[in-house]
Amino acid sequence: MKQLQGVNDFVIRFANVNGSGSASANNLFAKAVFRMGVPVSPKNIFPSNIQGLPTWYEVRVNAQGYVGRRGDVDMVVAVNGQTLRQDYDGLAPGGYFLFDSSKPLPEDFRRDDVTVIGVPMTLLCNEAFDNPKMRPLLKNIIYVGALAALLDMELQVLIDSLTKQFRKNPKLAEPNIQALQLGYDYAGEHFQDVCKLSVQRCNLVGDGIIMDGNTAVALGALYAGATVVGWYPITPSTSIIEAFGRYAEKFRIEQDTGRIKAAIVQAEDELAAIGIVIGASWNGARAFTATSGPGISLMSEFLGLAYFAEIPAVLVNVQRTGPSTGMPTRTQQSDLISCAYASHGDTKHPLLFPCDPKECFDMTADAFDLAERLQTPIIVMSDLDLGMNDHYSPPLHWDPERVYDRGKVLNAAQLDELTTTWGRYLDTDGDGICTRTYPGAHPDKGVYFTRGTSRNEYSAYTEDSGAYTRNMERLQLKWETAKTLLPGPRIKLHEPQARLGAVFYGSSTPAVYETIESLRARGIAVDTMRLRAFPFQPGALDFIHHHELVFVIEQNRDGQMRTLLINEGDLTPHKLIAITCYDGLPLASRSLTQAMEEALAERGILLQQLAPGQGDAQ
Amino acid sequence: MTFFRPSFRHPDLPPNEAGYTRRDYEGGISTLCAGCGHDSICNAIIQACFELGLPPHRVAKMSGIGCSSKTPAYFLGKSHGFNSVHGRMPSIATGANMANRELIYLGVSGDGDTASIGMGQFAHAVRRNLNMLYIVMNNGCYGLTKGQYSATADKGSKGKKGGVNALESIDLCELAIQLGAGFVARGFSGDKQQLTPLIKAGLSHHGLSFIDVISPCVTFNNNPESTKSYHWVREHSEATNTFDFVPFRQTITTEYQDDATEAVTLHDNSVIHLHKHPHAADVTDRRQAIDNLEDHKAQGMILTGVLYVNPASADTHDILNTCERPLNSLTETDLCPGSAVLEEINAAHR
Repeated sequence: MKQLQGVNDFVIRFANVNGSGSASANNLFAKAVFRMGVPVSPKNIFPSNIQGLPTWYEVRVNAQGYVGRRGDVDMVVAVNGQTLRQDYDGLAPGGYFLFDSSKPLPEDFRRDDVTVIGVPMTLLCNEAFDNPKMRPLLKNIIYVGALAALLDMELQVLIDSLTKQFRKNPKLAEPNIQALQLGYDYAGEHFQDVCKLSVQRCNLVGDGIIMDGNTAVALGALYAGATVVGWYPITPSTSIIEAFGRYAEKFRIEQDTGRIKAAIVQAEDELAAIGIVIGASWNGARAFTATSGPGISLMSEFLGLAYFAEIPAVLVNVQRTGPSTGMPTRTQQSDLISCAYASHGDTKHPLLFPCDPKECFDMTADAFDLAERLQTPIIVMSDLDLGMNDHYSPPLHWDPERVYDRGKVLNAAQLDELTTTWGRYLDTDGDGICTRTYPGAHPDKGVYFTRGTSRNEYSAYTEDSGAYTRNMERLQLKWETAKTLLPGPRIKLHEPQARLGAVFYGSSTPAVYETIESLRARGIAVDTMRLRAFPFQPGALDFIHHHELVFVIEQNRDGQMRTLLINEGDLTPHKLIAITCYDGLPLASRSLTQAMEEALAERGILLQQLAPGQGDAQ
Repeated sequence: MTFFRPSFRHPDLPPNEAGYTRRDYEGGISTLCAGCGHDSICNAIIQACFELGLPPHRVAKMSGIGCSSKTPAYFLGKSHGFNSVHGRMPSIATGANMANRELIYLGVSGDGDTASIGMGQFAHAVRRNLNMLYIVMNNGCYGLTKGQYSATADKGSKGKKGGVNALESIDLCELAIQLGAGFVARGFSGDKQQLTPLIKAGLSHHGLSFIDVISPCVTFNNNPESTKSYHWVREHSEATNTFDFVPFRQTITTEYQDDATEAVTLHDNSVIHLHKHPHAADVTDRRQAIDNLEDHKAQGMILTGVLYVNPASADTHDILNTCERPLNSLTETDLCPGSAVLEEINAAHR
């Protein structure tokens, strides 16, 4: 049998029971790899359940910095009896099967291409610890200790992590460290040099951080000065609001009074959540909500009002697997069309596509500036993978000189200086954006009536076709202005430029770059464009025009970004090849590479023409 | 079509204590049907705001969709208004109130807007005790879509088209009391004498004030067999305690010596003097207030006036412990923790 080998390059999957406290043990392992200076990406694959169902935690360790999901499992920590068979069968040939040998492995587990490593975790645990409540948790720490020995990890890094974790309760640190040592010693004694995978200290993470996208979004909103939050609990967005609440309790307390400089209102449903945001924004506060697909469906009515009445709103959509309730704890990028055109009538909304926690932070903060500048809802399109999983990311940065862009708002003094009649919907400088006022700003100037019905430039109700059309055309002009303010695509071209292009966005990013690199290594050059916003800027459409064939890679069935490109860019459909992965799991580079290979093979002529030597990536 | 009200007023009309004339509280010309009860309510709102001397630009008018929700265009023309979407006024008002706790929020809705499509939002705005006056102009039918029954139409009531309403009606006042509103009243658009002080008290109460105003639809629901007709309401209504409302700015000139008068002091030190009939229910007691409504209903009577009052209630800001300064007035200095703190947060994620 050829055992899998790898230094700082492998995938471990932890198979656990939901609600058994495994998350913190698994996280302890991933964090230790990171603290040894090795890029790591943990993915939590969990059920819509609180206790009892199977859950997996997949950790990819990769020195080259490929932190997308890879696909295939090199080692499994099998501690869930329900999925023992599945985990055993799913292991890659040459892989390692670490299990709790307190009970022997069933006789029909007879693969001859895997290395079985049995550690009697339950027996070791019961022998060492009396407290029945603590045992299940400590059993998890035992397998982390065993892994440390098998993978030649520095035990001290794990001990330090535990000490840090329990610094407020050192009494708890003690049994945890003991459990860690138990597993470490047992595996070291019985399985020395059995495992050919290892983690070696290096210095590859720089000043990077490990953070989940939802925390980064919450920080972006905190730093951008959001004060009003309307929300309704829905997986996978809830932790944004929870994180915002925690940070507000810490950084938004008024010193002299102890009161909070924020209002976080848990609404009765998503309709009210977005209504609260719109009411607050109308009244001059920065406000946001976070939701997922089902919430978008409910918020659509209000999004149309905000579009038409021109009220800023920031909405973060942490997408999950649809349609309907779908797979609520699995990831997807399948709300593009429902968000881009949310609501009846000719309605459309700018979207932002962050790809990592740093961009979650930056784009959320920018969304407040954009929403107020453009006086329209801005939707940040995250997803469950980006939002709820920890990601290796560049550190967050805030420019101390940064000033909030509150947009075109007239205060009392500015209203007094006006020499012509003010109109709420009067475009005086040709960018489609008009000036607004906050309620109560001036005793008798700048007052207007906000409505979702048609109105003239002075906000008076009208059913006059001319006034209606003028308004719709101005909104279209504003849409064009939006393109100049939104973040542009990130394009990487070969020299000379390749004939093939790939378009993608959001959480697909790391897996796509890895796939493109592996294709290049095999002689196929593909230029790339990572989209960061909708509507598309001219540069984005130029990229497509300048390539013969463009793959549009996304995590949905129908190729929704492709549809948007064809529709908004007036593009020929056959030029855009849909590459879709939508099984609910984070995009895996191996399966993406396979899909790309198949798509290329179908167009065999292209493959032949694209001989090696097309140049290197810039 | 847009109408403009002529701006000429008799020069000798006296201004209120704050120096505003009644004209300062008026709005555009109504486009409702001639004789619509809603227009009388608008007049009562104008009168109440004038008498209280509220600065018009410090009031924010909020509404949903329907005949009633159009009315904010017909009063307080110097106030910002927000005519939102059907049944969703309470959430817009919640957000607006969170952004600036210093404005006065006046929400106007209808029985369709509140008791059907907006039932959830109504219930939860009351539960969070939002500091606002919520007025329902209640005509028991959908006017703009030509007279279908609404959820407040009484069981057995007969509309203009002759069909009998077979469904149980929703009593919004009873619900508001159950859900925690601190001031609940019922008025009648045909009784401005009673309605104006009700609105004044509602505007002065801290927390959610709810006033259900029966307001006959002259076009679709004013036939004698309708329980929301002028005729029926006049014949079948009975007031709770008669009362006087004394805004805190006014010197109290009336002396009440008798035992049958109870003074309820509101949050802003305004006082409601309730003149109790012997054996009348205590409107400061929630259970008696609900019994009182049910007892009258059983007798086929419509109870009007102050139905329940509890001045000591915590509003949404109190519950959330938000700062006294309006959130929309805070700047980068107040809100942004700064780059040094972000460096610490980065460090905690390594």
